[in-house]
Amino acid sequence: MKECNKTEKWPPEVKQTPSRFRRPLSKYKIIRNENCDNCGICVDVCPYGVHKFVGKKVQSPNEHYCIGFACQGTDHYCIDKCPQNALSLVQNPTMEALGDHRWPADLILGTWYQAEYGRPPAHLEYKIGDSGDGFDRLRFNFELDNQTPTSWEIDPEISTSIELNRRGDNRPQVTISVPWYGGGMSFGSISLTVMLARAKACAAWNTFTCTGEGGYPDELVPYKDYIITQIATGLFGVREETIKRARIVEFKYAQGAKPGLGGHLLGDKVTPAVARMRQSIPGMSLFSPFPFHSVYSVEDHKKHIDWVKEINPKALIAVKVSTPNDVDMVAIGSYYAGAHIIFLDGSYGGTGAAPDIAKKNIAMPIELAVPKVHRFLVEEGVRDKVVLMAGGGIRTAYDIAKIIALGADGVVTGTSELVALECTRCHNCESGKGCPRGIATTDPRLSAMVKLDWAAQRISNLFYSWYLQLIDILKRLGMKSVKELVGRTDCLVYIERYEKENEKK
Amino acid sequence: MGKYHIETKQVPPRFLPPGPYCVIAKEEGCLGCKYCVKKACPYGVYEKKGFDIKELRETSSYYCHHCLFCVESCPAGLISLMPNPEYQRLGDGYWTPEIITSLWRQAETGKIPVSGAGYGGPFVGEGFDEMWTDMSEIVRPTRDGIHGREYISTAVELGRKPLALEFDPDKKMVSQIPPFVEISLPVLLSLPSWGRWDRNVLFSLAKAAAKLNTLFIMPLKEFDSTFLSFIDHLMLSVETKEAIRSIPAQAQFIEIPLDLVSEIDVVRQGHSERIISVKVPFGPGVEKTCLDLVQNGVPIIHLFADEHGREMVELRPRFIKDAIQDVHFSLVEQGVRDQVTLLASGGIAMAEHMGKTIICGADAVVVGQALMVALECRLCKECEKGLPCPVEINAIDSEWGAQRIINLMGSWHSQLLEVMGAMGMRDVRRLRGELGRAIFYRDVIKESFANIKKVSGE
Repeated sequence: MKECNKTEKWPPEVKQTPSRFRRPLSKYKIIRNENCDNCGICVDVCPYGVHKFVGKKVQSPNEHYCIGFACQGTDHYCIDKCPQNALSLVQNPTMEALGDHRWPADLILGTWYQAEYGRPPAHLEYKIGDSGDGFDRLRFNFELDNQTPTSWEIDPEISTSIELNRRGDNRPQVTISVPWYGGGMSFGSISLTVMLARAKACAAWNTFTCTGEGGYPDELVPYKDYIITQIATGLFGVREETIKRARIVEFKYAQGAKPGLGGHLLGDKVTPAVARMRQSIPGMSLFSPFPFHSVYSVEDHKKHIDWVKEINPKALIAVKVSTPNDVDMVAIGSYYAGAHIIFLDGSYGGTGAAPDIAKKNIAMPIELAVPKVHRFLVEEGVRDKVVLMAGGGIRTAYDIAKIIALGADGVVTGTSELVALECTRCHNCESGKGCPRGIATTDPRLSAMVKLDWAAQRISNLFYSWYLQLIDILKRLGMKSVKELVGRTDCLVYIERYEKENEKK
Repeated sequence: MGKYHIETKQVPPRFLPPGPYCVIAKEEGCLGCKYCVKKACPYGVYEKKGFDIKELRETSSYYCHHCLFCVESCPAGLISLMPNPEYQRLGDGYWTPEIITSLWRQAETGKIPVSGAGYGGPFVGEGFDEMWTDMSEIVRPTRDGIHGREYISTAVELGRKPLALEFDPDKKMVSQIPPFVEISLPVLLSLPSWGRWDRNVLFSLAKAAAKLNTLFIMPLKEFDSTFLSFIDHLMLSVETKEAIRSIPAQAQFIEIPLDLVSEIDVVRQGHSERIISVKVPFGPGVEKTCLDLVQNGVPIIHLFADEHGREMVELRPRFIKDAIQDVHFSLVEQGVRDQVTLLASGGIAMAEHMGKTIICGADAVVVGQALMVALECRLCKECEKGLPCPVEINAIDSEWGAQRIINLMGSWHSQLLEVMGAMGMRDVRRLRGELGRAIFYRDVIKESFANIKKVSGE
């Protein structure tokens, strides 16, 4: 099979990649009544391309390009310019049915915009969500000042790359060009097309994506230099050859969406292809055990790592853990067991099925775990010997920069890549045929809704937008490299919670 | 005793529950496409939806999964989703529509609520939402939860316990072991503090308590001989001094209010095996009250908050998780905690609340309102105004009702196993007061964000 190499071009190209739907969801609705005489004034005035002619008739508006009430008062506000008073502008009621606290509707649309254009939007949210704390209460110092507008330019002087081997052992160095890589989403949880799209985008950005625990489909082999093989408690599809072909092998001890529980793949999603890969029976729910029943101590953990190091003498070892109270002890234990990368998975990530009680309650959010672990590793004098990656709730470029300032070296993404593919966060990917939009599904008919090149380009565009923002943030902080940002909590401010207690009767 | 197992089975609802969003499809402007997007709905909403003549409403909200496929695919843009007012009207700010509909689903299926795409809720909230539960990995042993083979016990004992056993020089035990009972689930069933509940509802609870091997705290005034076959699983709640005389001889578990505590000996007279619980409201000075009760030999204290988990005071009421901690630790400090069983009730609306209340110091919880929701109660409280119940709750079949409650408790049991498995715990009795197995928002935010400059919020 032909091997895919890193593209020569840096950074990878942006290509405008519009929604695959006829009427992409919009924040506003423009209502055109029967008074319209197709005079075309709206087509002439709108600089965003909302109104267009089809033949001699003005077609129904492309509302998702509309900037809404922000346009009011300008000389191109179609509502006022229409001589027939045929147009009116309203909030789209469907916005209330989109998103959640973590990913509010505005941020989803803002992420879709970035996936379409490869740059942050001017009129939609792209920095924070509405969770009420954590990232959503942290700001960079400069955000509180009046900001000069940015031109979103690439600055070759500013480096965003990080090295993943800091142990100084005789294993190869692996450098990724951006401080993020893709987290494990298994074959079974997401479709093969989406896996391939992630791999393609990550290869273009000289970074990695991860197989997840559902095995290593042959179709991914051409991207093997950019794919992490995951070994999880279910050991689905883990074979000597899949460990041997990887530059990084990740042990999944736990995951942020369901800490303390094994992976869940409900029966409906176990199609014949998934069952074959996992050496199981179609239609049967697959619950991975928890924990690795071969690991009950740091010593056992070291045995695991030694085993993989023996099989693949060139691989770096990553250890994925979630965020309990003693996460700092887990991290130091993993370092002494020989891990190159410690990946903390916080409690907001997750693609497929997870019990609600686990998602909501077990273990702490990533924003709280990273500073704890960073500080502890510094105190123990090993912080610069190990790479600390953070995942599980990283949505935006600002989240990436904030968690690095809190003490991570880089981040692991997942959900945001799916949002780039028009995930609406409807939370239905766990059962039935899975995702009704063809992303987190293995149903062949639904999977066909997503085309590989379209998906890879959308993800790549989102990465491009993040890359631009990260450069902008580093520039504003006067830094030349993302490595300078690690642990710089002095760059952040925390907007304290408004205490309602005094008001309570 | 064999492994504890709760037999759940599908029990369909009598009323179709409202879903969060309704589909609004305009007809005007329809292009009449040959392949209408409505036919391509992944969930078949447009085929399934109809008109519910019982409730006089259109049923799309029940079937719609708000994936927005139709909204974005209709070329004329005629389809919108709107929040369903009927859904939003359910419950209140504490017993949210999400909680109520989740309880309904659990009562219908007996299964743990599972969903996709991570957690979408707020970072932190009030009350129970100010804490997370812990898990262990690598450095501490862990257990498989419901899918594992290791047995995790959820049984607790109710009753008084001696702090130590005494033996005479011949090594014969001289301690008197007070009566106690083991229930298999750290949950007792009860009625809510409000409402009108007839015999069908009471039978549902009694049957469920017997099947689940727990107790149903039943008002003595509702008891008659038809409930006698359930007597081993009933804790009869006495309200007045006069009523003490009508306690049936077979009754082993009795609950009395705090103001009847002087009558304990009367209740016990001739029934030394009786286990008595004293019902005490959470409120200022409750720690002292509890200490006195323990020192007076009371075996069980049932502490109750209001249905929102708040203490019974006007000014700054403590939340149940904080109040129970105060009581628990004051008894620990006095060295008497192990003598008494502490039950807590009020605002226990989800399985996680049960686990968290136990972590904060209770031996077991008492649930009421959540069980009525399992029977399809919508918490509208029309019955309090003398109006008819919109779901005719008193007309249920008690077999149906019992199985709905068993299903709900089956789901809660499984969720408790998952949480305990994640912590690596094998016995719920060890969870009591184990604050180390919880993560409190206030503590971690202080520690983790210590070095970050604070600015005041909006």
